[in-house]
Amino acid sequence: MNAFDSTVHLIYLACAASFVVGLHLMNAPATARRGNQVSATGMTVAVLTTVAVLVHGGHLAAWAVAALAAGTAGGAVAGLLAARRVQMTAMPQLVSLFNAVGGGAAALIALGDAVAHAGDLDRLPLQTTTTTVLDLVIGGVTLSGSLVASGKLAGRVPGRPIIVPGGRWINILLGLTAAGLAGWFLTGGAGIAALVGIGVLALAAGVLLTLPIGGADMPVVISLLNACTGTAVAMAGFVLGSDVLIIAGALVGAAGAILTKLMADAMNRSITAIVAGGYGTGDEVAVAAAGPAAPVRRVTAEDAALQLSYARKVVIVPGYGLAAAQAQYEVAALARALSERGVDVSYGIHPVAGRMPGHMNVLLAEADVPYPLLKDLDEINPEFPGTDVVLVVGANDVTNPAARRPGNPVSGMPILDVDKARSVIVIKRSLGHGYAGIDNELYSLPVTAMLFADARQGLGAILAGVREYAA
Amino acid sequence: MNPLLLADITVFVLGLLVGFEVISKVPATLHTPLMSGANAIHGVVLVGVMLLAATATTVTGYVVVFVAAAFAAMNVAGGYVVTDRMLAMFRTRQENRQ
Repeated sequence: MNAFDSTVHLIYLACAASFVVGLHLMNAPATARRGNQVSATGMTVAVLTTVAVLVHGGHLAAWAVAALAAGTAGGAVAGLLAARRVQMTAMPQLVSLFNAVGGGAAALIALGDAVAHAGDLDRLPLQTTTTTVLDLVIGGVTLSGSLVASGKLAGRVPGRPIIVPGGRWINILLGLTAAGLAGWFLTGGAGIAALVGIGVLALAAGVLLTLPIGGADMPVVISLLNACTGTAVAMAGFVLGSDVLIIAGALVGAAGAILTKLMADAMNRSITAIVAGGYGTGDEVAVAAAGPAAPVRRVTAEDAALQLSYARKVVIVPGYGLAAAQAQYEVAALARALSERGVDVSYGIHPVAGRMPGHMNVLLAEADVPYPLLKDLDEINPEFPGTDVVLVVGANDVTNPAARRPGNPVSGMPILDVDKARSVIVIKRSLGHGYAGIDNELYSLPVTAMLFADARQGLGAILAGVREYAA
Repeated sequence: MNPLLLADITVFVLGLLVGFEVISKVPATLHTPLMSGANAIHGVVLVGVMLLAATATTVTGYVVVFVAAAFAAMNVAGGYVVTDRMLAMFRTRQENRQ
């Protein structure tokens, strides 16, 4: 290895290290932004180093340079515009879209590498051809799967599970055909055509695997697809023999895997059951109102305002319904008004309160809620017994005390113990069911009072009441 | 098995383990920026596309490079910018008052 190659290798190593350090700094809100900047700096250096490698190598075709430059410029502009303009509520679909194109790029590297060696494909070592196939399969599934997931999140594809008749058999057939083509390619008989076939089959499989999955399972699905992209990028690293791709891909694969596990646990669902699909309704909790199983106590906005104004400690429990009603600013204004009266206000946030892991925290941060007030399940649950009023807005199944008993759809699901507080106010349009499709026993408890209203209007009315007491 | 492949596998497995170790410490509050930031990191696939460009000599090859470059650049540029936008919103009360 000459001096140039060694230097390049060491610079790539430093870039990979900066990704690790960047992720490490993300373990606290105070340092997270710096972490992302460290990681971005490493990325910039990696790209510039690669420019140097290409110039040093010197045998670039003019058309290759043009294709690379034009593609990079166009993609970067599109990415920047999307990133600048996106609403925080639309974050899950954008992250899914970026995930899709990342997986697509990894799959195209496999294809492009094979095209470049079209003349001597049978002389490529087995390690390259195997990882080429793996990269193409994983990348292809991720590309189309993430696009469907993104469409579901954006409402362009129906969020409800779409069952393709005989879908499981079609998937098995796709898998077997792809395996046959892969065998043919690996034994050297086929060539590029087999790879294109595998790519097309992978794209079809991605669509068929994602369509049957319900909107409520999306936090798990996008985490899983994120892990897949990481793996595809690592495979691209194997194909090209690039350590920095392998390391970055492995890091992302690990991140996706951890988030997938956390989300599946928080929803009380096994990953295999989610991938098998067919569960859950479409979008926000708009199931037809079922007849109440037990009588509930109602409260007016004025009474709720009175109760909150004279409480010492209030915990707000926001759910996806809050985001669907775009009411995060109202809830933040209410919390501020209460704090100004000396009420101790914090937020109890369930891991699946949103359409992607941690989504609710971003929405509240956007509404200027200071992050020390955002508390996760383990942090807030011991605080409920000392809480005067819990205000539940747009959350349902995650507050159902039935989860502590065996024998129902939410059994064993980690919940927020809101029923242990002195009183609970639930803002909800009707007594409709959550995704689990069962009555929420919280609503008929003696400590609970229901305020039947749209999240935004209900919060607005309470805020007006609180301001009156302050005057 | 050849030593290069073994070295690559070693790097991959250790990368996974480092990832598990570092990421399991990230609090739930930051899971969205974490995912988006990790997303940006796999944008390093752009480096792979650039290396691929060096070997492209046919029209098919150029087309693949063009599309792959557009995909990868969108991933990396958008990913870092949107993550930064989100993280800039996470403030404490004192910072909000300023």
